[in-house]
Amino acid sequence: MNSISLIGMASVITAGLAIAVGAIGPAIGEGRAVASALSSIAQQPDEKNTITRTLFVGLAMIESTAIYCFVVSMILLFANPFWDYVISAAK
Amino acid sequence: MNFMDIKQISPDQVVFFQYHFISLNLTIVFTWAVMALLVIGSWLVTRRLSTAPKISYWQNILEILVTGIQDQISEISRQKAKRYMPFIGSLFIFIATCNLLTVVPGYESPTASLSTTAALAICVFISVPLFGIAQKGVIGYLKQYVQPTVFMLPFNIMGELSRTLALAVRLFGNLMSASKIVAILLAIIPFIFPVIMQLLGLLTGLIQAYIFAVLAMVYIASATQVQEHTEAQKK
Repeated sequence: MNSISLIGMASVITAGLAIAVGAIGPAIGEGRAVASALSSIAQQPDEKNTITRTLFVGLAMIESTAIYCFVVSMILLFANPFWDYVISAAK
Repeated sequence: MNFMDIKQISPDQVVFFQYHFISLNLTIVFTWAVMALLVIGSWLVTRRLSTAPKISYWQNILEILVTGIQDQISEISRQKAKRYMPFIGSLFIFIATCNLLTVVPGYESPTASLSTTAALAICVFISVPLFGIAQKGVIGYLKQYVQPTVFMLPFNIMGELSRTLALAVRLFGNLMSASKIVAILLAIIPFIFPVIMQLLGLLTGLIQAYIFAVLAMVYIASATQVQEHTEAQKK
């Protein structure tokens, strides 16, 4: 197997794995965050605004990890330096 | 009329004009377009402000927007909102306009490029010590890096740098993924699904604008607030 096919195969498989595994953790975390926010709103409906705002900020922080994995996956697919190198070396 | 190819990941890669190292790319053109829209729109609305009971439609909208931002800032920072309003308000309005204009065909949001989001995050990174030193003086501001003990100094510095990076990458990742998904769905199933994903992209764009502004305010508030907290505890 020459290096072009090896690099192409590794990039595509890793891109898929990165986003597949990287989306599990944040999804579980966000589910738990929303569940506890809902139960606190049910206990104290007056504080709904503060709770909702804190919930959104917390969700954004949790989402960041999934975004990092997504960005790595996109780089592997669209802006892959190893792929560009072997393609330019093969010309 | 589409400026970006589906294989391109960022509007930085569409270059209209290049002179040595200065390049006019799609990001800059659309940033200028959004800036022109905001400046000319605000100037047109605020030409004739009135305090009479019946005010014009656009002035009403602007007042709702400005008082909404003011209330949020004063709730988060527990201080007078006036000194943080220009910065935080501009952040929110610029990012929200950039993200909401994606309904226009052919438009590519400048915040879908890491350059724009990194620039905005660096602005926040610089503004935190500026506001902190203006509020508490240099010694008072630097003292909080060694709270609660001097061993926390490297962690506090690393925390500052990593949350700036997180601000930039979060906004970039959300916007770039929204436009990429719509582009890919348009190539596969052009019927209804791209519209649904575009709706989701608009919603997350607005939420991300709000989160960017709120996080910037939280960072500034944490740098300008600790003093009052400990003074209140001592009493």
